[in-house]
Amino acid sequence: MQHHHLTASEWDELANDPDFVALLRARRRFVVPSTIFFLLFYLALPILIGFAPAFMNQHIYGPLTLAYAFGLAQFVMAWLLLGIYMHAAKKFDDSAERLVLRTQARLAR
Amino acid sequence: MSQPTLVMFAVFVAMALVITYWASARSTSSRGFYTAHREISGVQNGWAIAGDYMSATSFLGITGLIAFYGFDGFMYAIGWLVAYLTVLFLLAEPLRNTGRYTVADVIAFRLRGRGVRAVAAVTTLIITLFYMVAQMVGAGSLINLLIQRINETYAIVGVGLLMLIYVLFGGMLATTWVQIIKAALLLGASILLSVLVFAHYHFSLMAFLNAATTAPTGAGRTANLLEPGLFFTGPHGALDLISVGLALVIGTAGLPHILMRFFTVPTAKSARISVGWAMGLIGVFYLLITVMGLGAGTIVGQHDIGKHLRDTQAIRYIIHNPDTATQMNGELAKNGYIVPVKNSNLSAPLLADAVGGPLLVAFVAAVAFATILAVVSGLTIAAASAFAHDIWYSLIRGGAGTEREHIFVARTAALLVGFGSIFISVGLRTVNVAFLVGLAFAVAASTNAPALILSLSWRRFSRTGAICGMLTGLISSLALMGISPDVMGEHALFPLRNPGIVSIPLGFIAAILGTLLARDPESEAMFNQLQVRATTGLGAEV
Repeated sequence: MQHHHLTASEWDELANDPDFVALLRARRRFVVPSTIFFLLFYLALPILIGFAPAFMNQHIYGPLTLAYAFGLAQFVMAWLLLGIYMHAAKKFDDSAERLVLRTQARLAR
Repeated sequence: MSQPTLVMFAVFVAMALVITYWASARSTSSRGFYTAHREISGVQNGWAIAGDYMSATSFLGITGLIAFYGFDGFMYAIGWLVAYLTVLFLLAEPLRNTGRYTVADVIAFRLRGRGVRAVAAVTTLIITLFYMVAQMVGAGSLINLLIQRINETYAIVGVGLLMLIYVLFGGMLATTWVQIIKAALLLGASILLSVLVFAHYHFSLMAFLNAATTAPTGAGRTANLLEPGLFFTGPHGALDLISVGLALVIGTAGLPHILMRFFTVPTAKSARISVGWAMGLIGVFYLLITVMGLGAGTIVGQHDIGKHLRDTQAIRYIIHNPDTATQMNGELAKNGYIVPVKNSNLSAPLLADAVGGPLLVAFVAAVAFATILAVVSGLTIAAASAFAHDIWYSLIRGGAGTEREHIFVARTAALLVGFGSIFISVGLRTVNVAFLVGLAFAVAASTNAPALILSLSWRRFSRTGAICGMLTGLISSLALMGISPDVMGEHALFPLRNPGIVSIPLGFIAAILGTLLARDPESEAMFNQLQVRATTGLGAEV
C-alpha cells in the first residue's frame, strides 16, 4: 500500500476532490467547535476557582463543593466528547476509505 | 517490610526479562526497535499509553498532593485527563498517518530541511530528559525511603541499568508489553486500595466526604480537602492555578513518549481506539487516585505521612529544631536519618499500611517501582529515536546508511541516554520531582505542541515560524522556570511556579509572527499532500 509514487499534482488533485473537501469540512465542523468547547469548559474551572472562590466553595450536596462537582463534571465531559467523537469518526472513516479505494483503483488502471 | 517488596519487585523484573527475551528476536530492525513493526493493536496501545501516563508522579505524587492539598491536587488529575481530548481531536490520527518514528518526522513532513528537524529533535530530547530525570529521582528517594539500606544513588543506578537491559534488547515491543502489565498491576492496586478506603467508611459516600472536610493536619487542626485553595495560595495563586491548568491540558500534546506510541499501531483507526481506551483507563485511575488521596489524608492524616525516623536522638533533635532540621535535610539524609518534613510521596504506601497491612504496602511499593521502570524505558526509546533517527540518520547522514548502522546507532543512543540520565539523576537526587515534571510539561506545551498543531492545520505555517515558535517557547519556559519561586525562593523575579500562562502563548505567537514574516512557498505547496495523507491515511508508513 505504498503511495509514494503519487505526484505533487495528483496530491493536489486529491486535495481538491469534492469528496475529500466534504470530508475535511465535516471533520473540521466537528473538531473545531468541540476543541473550543472543551478548552473553555476546562479553563472555566481554574478561572472560576481563582477569581470567584466563594462561589465555587458553596456546598451543593452534603459537604460536596461546587468546585469539586465541577471537577468531577470534567470527567463526564471528557468521556462524553470521547464517545461522541468515536461515533462520528465512523462516518469519517467510511468516506476516507471510499476515497482511498477510488484512488487505488485509478492507480491500478 | 522490605523483604516482600523485593520479592514482588523481583517477580516483575523477571517477567520483564522473559518478555525482553521473547521480543529481542523481533527488535533487530529499526522499524521493530522504534515501532514494534506497527503491529500493536488499538486496545493494547491504549493500555500502554495509560501505562506511560500513570507514572510514579501520578500514583505517588498526585495521591500525596490530594492527601495534603485536596482539591488543588485533584486539578492535576483533571487536567491530565482532559489533555487527551487535545490529542484525540488534533493529533492521534494525523500523527499515525504522517509520521514514521519521531515527533520531528511529523513537524518536518512539509517543513523540510535541517533547521526544523534539528530544533524539534532538541526540544524532544530536553522534554524527555526532564521527564526521565524526574522519574528516576523519584525512584531513588522512594526506594531509599522504603528500604533504608539502599541509598538513592544505588537505587537510581539499579533502576537505570535494569531499564537499559530491556530497552536495548527488547525495543518497543518489550517496552509496550511491560507497560501493559504494569498498567494492569497499577490499576489493580488502586482498585484494591480504593475499595479498602470505602470499606473503612462502611461504604458510605457521605461518611467519606464528611471525613474529607475535616482531615487532620496535626496539632488538633483540620483542613477541608474538598475546598480549593490549599496549594495554590498567596496573591498569585489564581494565576498559578490557571498557568498549571494550561500547561497540563496542552503539554500532553507535546510529550514525545506519548505521541511516539501512535507510530506502533497499524492504522489511524487503531490510533483513535487507543486514545479511547487510554482515556477510559486514565479517567478511572484518576478517580481512584482521588479516593486514595482523600483516604490517605483522612485515614492516615498528613501529620503521620513521612514521619518515619529510625533514631530517637534524631527525632528529639528534629522535634526541637524543626527549622534547622529542614534546612539540614540533605545532610541528615546522608547520615541515614529520614527527616520528618512531610513527605507527601509516601501517602499511597502509608495508606496501604493503614487499610491493608505490611503485605499490601509491599505490593504497592513493588507496583510503584515497576511503574518507574516501565515509564523510564518508554522515555528512553523516545529520546534515543530523536537522537538516532533525527540527529544521526536524518541530519548527519542525510538519510543514508545501512539498516545495521541505523539499529546500532539507535541502541548506542539508548545507552548514552540511559547513562546520561542516570548520571544527571544522581547529581539532582535531592531536587523536587514535581518541579521537573512541571518543567517537562511546560516545555512540551510551549514547543512541540504549537509546532505540531500549526504544522497540521495552517497552510501558511512556515519553517521560520516553526523554528521561531519552538525556540521562543523553549527559551521562555526554561528562563521563567529559572527565575521562578521554585528556584529563586521568596525573591523570585517571576512570581508563578509554572511558566505556562506566559510561555505557551509566547510559543504560539512567535510561531505565527515568524510565519507572517516571510512566505515559504515550498512548505505551503506540501500542505495539500499533508492534508490528504493526514485525513485519509493514503501513503502512510507501514
